[in-house]
Amino acid sequence: MAAYIVKRVLQIVLTLFVFLTIVFFLVNAQPGDISRLYALDPNLPPETRAQMQELFGVNEPLWKQYLVHLKNTLTGDLGVSFSLYPRTVADVIKERLPRTLVLFLTATVVSFYLGFGLGKIIAWRRGGWVEYTSTLGGVTLYTVFTPWFGLMMIWLFAFKAGWFPIGKFLDPVVWQDAPSDANSIFNLMLATAVILSVIVFGVFLVTSKRRLGMARVLQVGSIAVSVLIVVGVWLSSGVGYLAWDIVKHMVLPIATLTLISFAGTMLLTRNSMLEVIREDYVLAARAKGLPEKAVRDRHVARNALLPVVTSFVFSLAFAIDGGVIIESIFSWPGMGQTLVAATVSEDLPLAVGTFVFVGLFVLLAHLAADILYAYLDPRVRY
Amino acid sequence: MVVDSAPVADARSLWRVRLGLAARSLKQNWSLFLGTRIGILGLVIICFYMLLALAHPILMNTVWDERIYDPVIGFAFDETEQPAPPSLSHPLGTDPLGRDILSQLMFSARSEFLLGLLAAVVTVCIGTMVGATAAYFGGLVDMLLMRLADIMIMMPGISILIVLSALMEVGHLELALLIGILSGFGGTGVVLKSQALSVVVKPYIEAARTSGGGTLHIILVHVVPNLLPLSFLYMMFTVTSAIFSEAVLSFLGLLDVRMSWGLMIHTTESAGYLLQVGEYWWLIFPASLSITLLCSSFYLLGRSLDEVVNPRLRRT
Repeated sequence: MAAYIVKRVLQIVLTLFVFLTIVFFLVNAQPGDISRLYALDPNLPPETRAQMQELFGVNEPLWKQYLVHLKNTLTGDLGVSFSLYPRTVADVIKERLPRTLVLFLTATVVSFYLGFGLGKIIAWRRGGWVEYTSTLGGVTLYTVFTPWFGLMMIWLFAFKAGWFPIGKFLDPVVWQDAPSDANSIFNLMLATAVILSVIVFGVFLVTSKRRLGMARVLQVGSIAVSVLIVVGVWLSSGVGYLAWDIVKHMVLPIATLTLISFAGTMLLTRNSMLEVIREDYVLAARAKGLPEKAVRDRHVARNALLPVVTSFVFSLAFAIDGGVIIESIFSWPGMGQTLVAATVSEDLPLAVGTFVFVGLFVLLAHLAADILYAYLDPRVRY
Repeated sequence: MVVDSAPVADARSLWRVRLGLAARSLKQNWSLFLGTRIGILGLVIICFYMLLALAHPILMNTVWDERIYDPVIGFAFDETEQPAPPSLSHPLGTDPLGRDILSQLMFSARSEFLLGLLAAVVTVCIGTMVGATAAYFGGLVDMLLMRLADIMIMMPGISILIVLSALMEVGHLELALLIGILSGFGGTGVVLKSQALSVVVKPYIEAARTSGGGTLHIILVHVVPNLLPLSFLYMMFTVTSAIFSEAVLSFLGLLDVRMSWGLMIHTTESAGYLLQVGEYWWLIFPASLSITLLCSSFYLLGRSLDEVVNPRLRRT
């Protein structure tokens, strides 16, 4: 297991290297350099232009520029944003990365559980209207034009019903005389979410060997207790209303991202279940007289999980793309929205820096999913 | 002279047998396909949009006045107010710039089909060759191609296209090529390779090799044809992702295209009608629904072909 993880980490490092190389040559294949940005400026004397070229190192040979680019990227020096001048790209990313992390992680985890649970159920009821409606609904959600879907969610739940705010990260009126800034509150929320998910994971790990009914009671009970404790701590902290404001802004984008990404898992779980159902051990489990639920959840679903996790790894990039679109629709100031905004305003350093981080993010998500897979599949122990 | 005439007769009957076999398997597959139902739904929707795409040039040349109905530079002089609600002369109304929505919709349908087809063909050509070569040679070639595939799979496609559109002019042609390369060297290549692995160990490959068949000959004549059903299946999924990516990019205003469904929504957005869904529904629904419908119908078609190709998913 440890050897496997080390091997994967080495692979990821190599991939990151290739990725950075591709990004560098993509950017460098473009005509001109930074001094061309001022090509139309008549007040720019040639000496200044040369000085500028020297400052940015664009008159050096290509291989040297490439090494500098690698060193700068690895040390976190991604340059200065044009559109948010004088902020550095690293600073902008540091502010926006947690927001994307929360959006993406919550939506991914929820949609995986939802998709897997629903897929289990529809595989068990083959034929009839359940299968057709779920397949049709699933495919529609999976292939829906995401910006339009997000828009419809905003229009229905924020514009018409008024339950949620229309996009953005927070309500400035609420934050007018807040005791602390949004980023620190948000980081606290992130820490809470991490602790909570570790607890949930631990509970599932401990109870997974118990009998079904018992396990359900233990899981629901302990999760409810920990959620209550977390809510209590936030309420008594005095900044609970600020966190609540952010949560209100978060609900709609997370719900949308979940809805568009759970269908893929659901359809795949169904297919994978249908293949496992034909195995002999399922027949044996039924012949033993086990309840249908136990056969479904313990014998079929557990083995159907493997291909689902594999393709889930493949779909991570898809989910991140979905996040990019959803963020720009909901004006959620995360990495995706930054990427699109930087691209539209031709802020090249910010666009490239964000893109590098999105790529890094996908790589790490892949690593996490691979380790999860190695844990789930006892055959992967090399 | 019996010996001489025998191969000729054999060859002729071989042809007949092959044709018969092909016809029978086609018939069998078609009935399997009919059994899936969702595939039929997809096919009907695709045919509908194809008819729309084909009808556009005919309408432009006969009934529709070019000055009013041109999808890009037309202007509805017969309406007093733009955007005009649906009427008899403009069945889906006009957009904020006074152009006929139905005409735009039909005009864009053609380019969506061309884009999807081109992306799918590029993907499948690359993917099939990658899969066949990796499986046939194994070893170093396999490793290099599969590591490349790993990188491609990890690339967030839309984000790459967004960054690329900042660096260069991306139109329909470039987009189709980019999607084809990303998916052909990536996911599609991996899937086709796993299929090719089960082909290259078949006895007839060994037979072809011992009878002196060249590498290229074996790959092209014996391996690739056995990958075609699966390649065809993946063409459908590529069409879905190509149409989707095009719509998203042109919605964000990053593509260099004259007219497309995504661009129609972009126009609506930049004119500020995006949240007036109830009052100006014809500015948003026709284009968005078209994108969704065409994407999902290609996907449904792919899924039902999957059930035809993959016997384990079939109903017993």
